[in-house]
Amino acid sequence: MSMINYASREINCKLVYYGPGLGGKTTNLEHVYNKVAPGARGKMISLATETERTLFFDFLPVDLGTIRGFKVKFHLYTVPGQVYYNASRKLILKGVDGVVFVADSQIERMDANIEAMQNLYENMTQHGYDLSKIPFAIQYNKRDLPNAAPIPELQAALNPGWPVTEPMKQRTLPDPHHESQFLVAQEDGHWVERAPYFEAVAMTGDGVFDTLKGISKNVVKTLG
Amino acid sequence: MSGASSWSFREDDAKRIQTILSGFLGESNARTALIVDRTGQMVATVGEAPAFDPTAFASLTAADFSANDQLARMLGESEFGALFHQGERESMYLADIAHRVILVVLFDNRTTLGLVKLRVKAAVLQLTQVFIEMFNRDGTSAPGVESEFLDEAEDEIDKLFGA
Repeated sequence: MSMINYASREINCKLVYYGPGLGGKTTNLEHVYNKVAPGARGKMISLATETERTLFFDFLPVDLGTIRGFKVKFHLYTVPGQVYYNASRKLILKGVDGVVFVADSQIERMDANIEAMQNLYENMTQHGYDLSKIPFAIQYNKRDLPNAAPIPELQAALNPGWPVTEPMKQRTLPDPHHESQFLVAQEDGHWVERAPYFEAVAMTGDGVFDTLKGISKNVVKTLG
Repeated sequence: MSGASSWSFREDDAKRIQTILSGFLGESNARTALIVDRTGQMVATVGEAPAFDPTAFASLTAADFSANDQLARMLGESEFGALFHQGERESMYLADIAHRVILVVLFDNRTTLGLVKLRVKAAVLQLTQVFIEMFNRDGTSAPGVESEFLDEAEDEIDKLFGA
């Protein structure tokens, strides 16, 4: 629900980082906060517990500058990953323009990833949003850990794709970020679309901006 | 424009809102009135310019209101139409407008909660009218941005987040 304010000539877009607890959502935002030019970002707000677990959300506004007379801003939010904070997690999705699912690559966290992904679909549906119709990206975080699951395994579990029913969209679309892979392709006679994915090590910042760039470009496209 | 439920805010909308809120501030002696949308974006500010970061303030206001909405439901209420936060010197009063935006009134000891509550009722009614008209209008003809905008936005994204 990007809002175009013609009076103050502002466009604000809301991006939400979703995913299982301790997956690296807050770390993504912290890296963006530390690396983006200070003039281009606002204050980072974290509503966290004393042990630095996200209680409600983290928030970071990033200013893209003035484009064709409009000030364009991205509002980055994280949700609390812990299962029992679902009520507050759902609230943050209100009015979302783009979702990044931060998955924890560790094999031991596979069930937590799947549960969080199901929870994302459920909460989106309850808001009346369709995840296959709004910008959505998956980040496989913690790729540096020795117990990280292989990408094909994570893709099969978390990004199996959704059927493409619109005839206009039924054409092969290469994945610009991964050679000889596809975002839209025909599989066993059916057209399937997958969310773009990015590999990351949020602690060192690897892949953090690739993910943000990918999702924000897709969000901007929806303004046209 | 696509997306969940986008809306736009025009110059003449801003003027109408400004008129309503200026009138309200004059009658109630409150300092500042702000309109924040439910997704956490600042829509308008009238009266004394606040000293805080408006973007952060808007996101927290929306979260505050949403959390209280859920609490209301747990009590069997459909919503809390208004909230009041009392400080030693500064206080704030929040009221729902058309279920989509929030009116935030900041006031200090130059006035009283009673007077603010009394005067805010008419403002809420008038604002509800304006916003309902706005949302209905956008449902039929939401203006999008030009295509050059998209190219330039992509370039800016590359510059800011690294090409």
